[in-house]
Amino acid sequence: MSGLRELRTSKWANPLLAGTVILAAALFPFFVGPLDSIMDDSILVLAYVVMALGLNLVVGFAGLLDLGFVAFYAFGLLVTGWWASDHFSDVNSKASSPGIHVGVGEFPQSLAGIHFNFLLLVIGAILICAIAGAIIGLPTLRLRGDYIAIVTLAFGEIIGRVAQNGDELTPFANNKLTNGRQSISPIDQIDLPFLEEFDQATNLRPYFWTVLALALVVLFVNFRLRDSRLGRAWIALREDEVAAASMGVPLVRTKLLAYATGGAFGGISGAFLGPYLQSVNANQFQFGFSIFILAMVILGGLGSIWGVVLGAVLVAAMNVFVIPDVLDGGAVRSVLDSLGLDFTFSQVSFGVFGFILVLMMVLRPQGLIPERRRKLEFAEVTGTDETLYEARA
Amino acid sequence: MEAASATIDRPAARRSDAARELLSKYGLVAILAVVPIIYAIIDLRDDGNLTRLGNNVVEGLSNGAIIALVALGYTLVYGIIELINFAHGEIFMIGGFVAFGLYGTLGLTPETGAFGLIVGLLVILVISALASGSLNTMIERVAYRPLRNAPKLAPLITAVGFSFILQNVGILWLGASQKSVPDLLGSQSELFNVFGLSISRGDLLAVVATVPLVVLLTAFIGRSRLGKAMRATAQDPEAARLMGINVDTTISLTFLLGGLLAGAAGLINTLYNTQVWYFQGFQAGLLAFTAAVMGGIGNIRGAVIGGLIIGVIQGIFDNRIGNEWTPAFVFGYLVLIMVFRPQGLIGEETREAG
Repeated sequence: MSGLRELRTSKWANPLLAGTVILAAALFPFFVGPLDSIMDDSILVLAYVVMALGLNLVVGFAGLLDLGFVAFYAFGLLVTGWWASDHFSDVNSKASSPGIHVGVGEFPQSLAGIHFNFLLLVIGAILICAIAGAIIGLPTLRLRGDYIAIVTLAFGEIIGRVAQNGDELTPFANNKLTNGRQSISPIDQIDLPFLEEFDQATNLRPYFWTVLALALVVLFVNFRLRDSRLGRAWIALREDEVAAASMGVPLVRTKLLAYATGGAFGGISGAFLGPYLQSVNANQFQFGFSIFILAMVILGGLGSIWGVVLGAVLVAAMNVFVIPDVLDGGAVRSVLDSLGLDFTFSQVSFGVFGFILVLMMVLRPQGLIPERRRKLEFAEVTGTDETLYEARA
Repeated sequence: MEAASATIDRPAARRSDAARELLSKYGLVAILAVVPIIYAIIDLRDDGNLTRLGNNVVEGLSNGAIIALVALGYTLVYGIIELINFAHGEIFMIGGFVAFGLYGTLGLTPETGAFGLIVGLLVILVISALASGSLNTMIERVAYRPLRNAPKLAPLITAVGFSFILQNVGILWLGASQKSVPDLLGSQSELFNVFGLSISRGDLLAVVATVPLVVLLTAFIGRSRLGKAMRATAQDPEAARLMGINVDTTISLTFLLGGLLAGAAGLINTLYNTQVWYFQGFQAGLLAFTAAVMGGIGNIRGAVIGGLIIGVIQGIFDNRIGNEWTPAFVFGYLVLIMVFRPQGLIGEETREAG
């Protein structure tokens, strides 16, 4: 027992634990079938972890409430729709091998349109989302608090609308910007060296390892960012903007970098989900998606990296597993049927996420695994008797 | 160096300041006017008159009256606790749903006689307004009041959460698709026609029902004791408390008032547009919030004018460009106002400016 306690307090405890978990996660596909539904669920969960970590940078670290995170998901997906499918089929169509191909396998080589390797797609998504993040961030520089939230919400909705009606827009000759309410499909399978063939119809393992690697990289970058000069600037900004500025934190650059970095992570996740889901469906670019991701961050604990990972796993698991498989299938279903209730829980999943937001904010605003600094903050606020009004005056 | 050049350039600088002032004051108004003017020119060229545009404007004004009622709720609540009551659009939606449900309960059909219809609709007006008002007050009690000591973004997050909860209540209630409602008044039938502008029964209803509500509200806030308490709390909650005003009750009352108006708007919308949908609250909420910001949030008169303007813009966009693009435009315009003129277009400085 004493050995255990020693282990827990030693500085190696956390890395050891993390290493074990990562190893277990990496080996886990060998213990289940290549097409098991748990593989599918875990791939989606990990993709949402990446996205939640991105939103956490903006909302948790920098304290800028972003209600339009769906914009980055949209851009990430659209990058794959544009550059890894036959959407722009008349590009270079007169050539002997029509289309543009960079680093793709044999099968996409034969297709028209633009086809880039997955790594290029990820880089493209990072660049586009970072630029979009900075552009979305620009108008919020003059605003505070709730107005920032509404402006980001507005941008998310605008981008969603443009994607949904993009079939009416033809900016490049005869090419539609998007496929509108029809999906852009199919997207090229991922093609990476050293891994088995990617084909989500026959084997999900390579996809799992890819998204696990992405999640680990993003997680690592998150930790390094938090402890970096930039990360400390974000937290300073969140705590007190005026004080941070007078201590020499460059407000404009710091804020824009928060939006850009957070957006880039969202883009990475989108660029992965495009090939995995095999389609770019603009109908999901809704405000609800932003709330879905926000619920992960709030549930886990704003600004707490492990908390957000936990929150993302819980909320995403609820979305991909608990609601469709447990609540809408089997025993619960038959109970509902016998009561004459004909609704499905999938219909009201966003209500569930909304409920999580309300419950957490009222009962445990610091989240399941609170960030150390924020824990102190909440203790402080309830300790002194300062009200909103006094704080404002 | 800088100081010297500033002194030399002063007349020019003053002129550019004046130009900037003018631009900031009227630039956004000008942007807003572009689309109507373009379509006015197109109409004059194609038809030789402005009838088509005029009819869009009439339809827009009626919808604008509904939007104005919803916008009042945003503006009242923001004025008093600086919270964007994100769930307010859904309060409006629930009001519409209650009204639709009561059609069946009271047995109102388009064949009901005039007297029965009037009595029935008045009963529905009272019930749906009370339902929305008490729902709004309850949400304030459950989701916003416990968070008054919390960071300012916390109640906004619960508001968003409640907005989604209510939307899903709507889905459970009437399903996820639009539901058409019996057209009790024959709202599309033309009542009279002035210079080719067709005024339908619905248009008349929207105006006749909205104006007294707005007048009543203004009188209540301007004249009554409770209204005075509301204004005092909006100005300085702490001082109001010291003067013996029960701030909690006053805030509850504000939510009740906003909810009552939203419920009434829900009924009017059900009568006018003859359909209900769980998503109508989100859409109307967006338009109404934009209207409230446009009128200078916290400003009652501004919210009404803003609602009418947004309604007209919506009328023109829906009919000419396509209603799938209206939200994108309204959101874009909302960003412009928030960034460049957060005190609103109407001009009065409010507490929230900046």
